[in-house]
Amino acid sequence: MRQDLTHILRWIRPGARVLDLGCGNGEFLALLRAQRDAVVTGIEIDPDAITAAIARGLSIIEQDLDSPLQNFPDQSYDMVVMAHALQAVHYPDQVLEEMLRIGRECVVTFPNFGHWRCRLHLATRGRMPVSKFMPYSWYDTPNIHFCTVRDFETLCRQRGIRILGRDMIGGEGGQSKLARQWPNLFATTAIYHISR
Amino acid sequence: MDTSSVGIVSPRVEHFDTPLRFATGSELPAYDLIFETYGELNAAGSNAVLICHALSGHHHAAGRHSEDERKTGWWDVCIGPGKPIDTNRFFVVSLNNLGGCHGSTGPTSINPATGEVWGPEFPQPQVEDWVDAQARLADRLGIDCWAAVIGGSLGGMQAMTWSLRYPDRVRHCVAIAAALKLSAQNIAFNEIARRAIISDPGWCDGHYLRENTLPAQGLALARMVGHITYLSDNAMASRFGRELQASEGDEDEDGRREFQVESYLRYQGARFSTVFDANTYVLMTRALDHFDLGGPGADPVDAFRRSQCDYLVLSFSTDWRFSPARSREIVDALLAAERPVSYAEIVADEGHDAFLLPIPRYLAVLDAYLQRVVT
Repeated sequence: MRQDLTHILRWIRPGARVLDLGCGNGEFLALLRAQRDAVVTGIEIDPDAITAAIARGLSIIEQDLDSPLQNFPDQSYDMVVMAHALQAVHYPDQVLEEMLRIGRECVVTFPNFGHWRCRLHLATRGRMPVSKFMPYSWYDTPNIHFCTVRDFETLCRQRGIRILGRDMIGGEGGQSKLARQWPNLFATTAIYHISR
Repeated sequence: MDTSSVGIVSPRVEHFDTPLRFATGSELPAYDLIFETYGELNAAGSNAVLICHALSGHHHAAGRHSEDERKTGWWDVCIGPGKPIDTNRFFVVSLNNLGGCHGSTGPTSINPATGEVWGPEFPQPQVEDWVDAQARLADRLGIDCWAAVIGGSLGGMQAMTWSLRYPDRVRHCVAIAAALKLSAQNIAFNEIARRAIISDPGWCDGHYLRENTLPAQGLALARMVGHITYLSDNAMASRFGRELQASEGDEDEDGRREFQVESYLRYQGARFSTVFDANTYVLMTRALDHFDLGGPGADPVDAFRRSQCDYLVLSFSTDWRFSPARSREIVDALLAAERPVSYAEIVADEGHDAFLLPIPRYLAVLDAYLQRVVT
């Protein structure tokens, strides 16, 4: 289980209706169902991931996050989660607006491009960072909209999105203390609990 | 021996003499239903799966009737030991609907009131009437609640109707390449098919059996039109393209060699006209045209709120008869009704026919979904 997902768990109330945008093979939804007795639905686009998630007994809808989510009624879920997909959609701000329309609360996690390693890579080599964490070349990557912690919070401020809570994950070796102190420099993954 | 086949199967017939009142008000005093079963019903009666057939389908869904039967049942790719509808786990029931021409009471049966064949006087069933008849068959077989009701196309419409009409008797509903209702285009194609039949001089107002004629040309034309709507443009292009018939002797009356697609369609039409009843075709297409989930003009979201089961909805990318957009309407109504639903759009070149074909992802998703069905 990815670390950001276990962090989200504590924001999910027992029995909540949860929608997961880009749910992958459904590992997180299965955990929510088991540990929170949550009523869960996932949206995914990858065929093999969909089959795997359906095999877990989950309700999975094949749908592209870049297409309208109008088929999900207003405020029809207690929580809408999007983990590590914000940077992969065409219009991240529009997807955020849709999440806030569909869910009473939302959780978003994304890789922080402001992390010092990214900055160092860019500063010293003058090239887009490729690492274990961001393993793709710039021309062939699903990640088309990287942002930093500061970028995200600026967007929230501009759009009137309330930040109910945030958590930060540092690099290897438990740097979460540093990550929480100076997230834009030390967080590899940012986790935001937001609402209207 | 093929270990993934249900092997040699024999149909059974159950007779019902409690009258069945149709939605249109007419009544069928007594009737037979022909069906096949595959696998064993468990002691709790909790592993039964109902297969609902499409427009020209019937009860013979899997296996063979004899060693030398050339073709297997129409859904043999999905039903059998180790297949998605696994007969090691499930007791599968597949019947021919009322009004059919494969052994259940229909237009070719004798009307006890007159002693003659029903012909065009056979009462027009709607999808819900078929479901009611299927419910009586379930009673007879000792099945209180289906583990799953599964169907493609018109069969998917029956499966969805089950979930609304008998919500406590269905645990899972699988609707493949189906729709909430037909579009004007769908109805238009069906009307051309019916016109082809009715315009045939052999039709005799539907009394062709009495008159010892057959509207074979009309039925063949109807099938040809229908067949085109089952295939995608790509499927026809790759199968036939613009190839001409190879052999000499296939020239038409003006001495032109014909396209393969012409010959194929004519063959399909002619073959169909020898095995299918024209009144049944008219009746089945009318039932299809009038299908409207939850009743005429009903809001499907309200309708689905009555249901208690889980749903799997599947569509095929090149299906233009009941396109992925039609399946998404089903999914969206289920989401709005807050019912549990899974949906996959299978990329397949074969058009509407894909639901009958061994497409790996299709079988994988169906198999993955049915794993959750507790027996």
